[in-house]
Amino acid sequence: MLHTDMKTIIKYILLDLFKNKTILVYTFILAVLAVSVLSMSGNSSKGLLSLLNITLLFVPIISILFATIYFFNSMEFIELLLAQPVRRKTMILAEYCGVASALCIPYLLGVGLPSVLLNYSMASVTLIFSGIFLTLIFTAIALLIFVLFKDKTKGIGAAIITALFFTLLFDGLLLSFIYSFSEYPIDKPLIGLISFNPVDLGRILVLLQLDVAVMMGYSGALFKEFMGSVIGSVYTVGCMSIWILIPLAASVGKFRRKDL
Amino acid sequence: MISITHLTKSFGKFKALDDVTLNFERGTTISLLGPNGSGKTTLIKSILGLVIPEKGSIIIDGDEIRSNVSYRSRIGYMPQIGRYPENMTIKQVIDMIKEMRKDCTVYDDELINGFGITAIQHKTMRSLSGGTRQKVSACLAFLFSPDIYILDEPTAGLDPLSSELLKEKIRKERAKGKLFLITSHVLSDLDDITSHIVYLQDGKVMFYNEVDELKRSTGENKLNKVIATIMQEDLLIDATY
Repeated sequence: MLHTDMKTIIKYILLDLFKNKTILVYTFILAVLAVSVLSMSGNSSKGLLSLLNITLLFVPIISILFATIYFFNSMEFIELLLAQPVRRKTMILAEYCGVASALCIPYLLGVGLPSVLLNYSMASVTLIFSGIFLTLIFTAIALLIFVLFKDKTKGIGAAIITALFFTLLFDGLLLSFIYSFSEYPIDKPLIGLISFNPVDLGRILVLLQLDVAVMMGYSGALFKEFMGSVIGSVYTVGCMSIWILIPLAASVGKFRRKDL
Repeated sequence: MISITHLTKSFGKFKALDDVTLNFERGTTISLLGPNGSGKTTLIKSILGLVIPEKGSIIIDGDEIRSNVSYRSRIGYMPQIGRYPENMTIKQVIDMIKEMRKDCTVYDDELINGFGITAIQHKTMRSLSGGTRQKVSACLAFLFSPDIYILDEPTAGLDPLSSELLKEKIRKERAKGKLFLITSHVLSDLDDITSHIVYLQDGKVMFYNEVDELKRSTGENKLNKVIATIMQEDLLIDATY
């Protein structure tokens, strides 16, 4: 059950963010992309793959950047609220829930609704899940950045680097790993390594539902081969949940002792 | 009412508060003065629990503040910079704080009426001027009739009329036996409402005294003259070493 203070804070964060221009533009762009991609391509799994790539490209960077900036801008207001009889843990978790749900709703409306209406399938539902997970994960990382950094500019810098690391750099490192150890049996360590990148996990979760998984890159095939769709999906969902919980727990722990 | 003993807080090598011991009583208005970086805001934030001191204790009416958060329902806080969520209206901000303070059902809306906030309550926080935002902060601090008021630079951005209104309100509440802790750079602003002065420098309390007594001992009538005289005497003492 949610604490009443928490509910109040979440409610007013949402009231604030639903009038936020960035959130409105984000919803609009996602919707336009989703509708055009889904109605253009005749092949449904092809459309879904494009939508997956859009999700993996936009959701992490928008979530982490928007959330980081919002948290830092709310600093003074958080101080004011903490001067009320509110626990720090309640405050920080409410802040997270508010921003995370404000970022999930554009995704549900922009990508979720069109893909359910235009192209309903198990894979579409999985894509929505994957996008929501990525939003929750990158908002949690943004919260951790907010708690760890005192300076807003440094925080935003860290957010950009984190997003670029997971969306671009990580795959590059993975490729060089595969290349340099290609003579060894590295399939299992590779699955372990992939678990360290939430973006890859989000991709695999969807690919496991598609027949093209075997053709679509090394990681998807690997997962399907080693675990099969069901265990593979359970494993990815488990890893992604951990990716939410660890940054959140670390943020709460650190925020309790933080000087504001 | 508030007793602070051996409070020490440092940020890295910088000592923001250095073994501060102070006692604040009911029905007084205490001005916290001192140059920038002297520890005024750190002291205020320590009392609010926003900064966690490494040594010493703060006791409010017999209760050590570290143990729980409920003591904060007795404090009204007006921050130096009032920044609010941009798209929230004034009414939403006030409603939000009211909802978080369900324990309190009687509201002191004298300042809300005095500042004419009701007439503009549907404006968003983004559209407000700095002064108006400060008025909202003041309204929030006084809303629940707390026992202790902590005001950080309360009159800095206010027009003379609003400033007078706020000072009148402070006088009125103090007469009811409330405690006020006020920081301000504009000394002349506090002249007629202050009863005690705490002067901080480099995290240490230089002096803590009644205004009347300070005036008597320095022979000056204006607060800034009083402070200037004391500081000069200190300099003279330093120079003789």
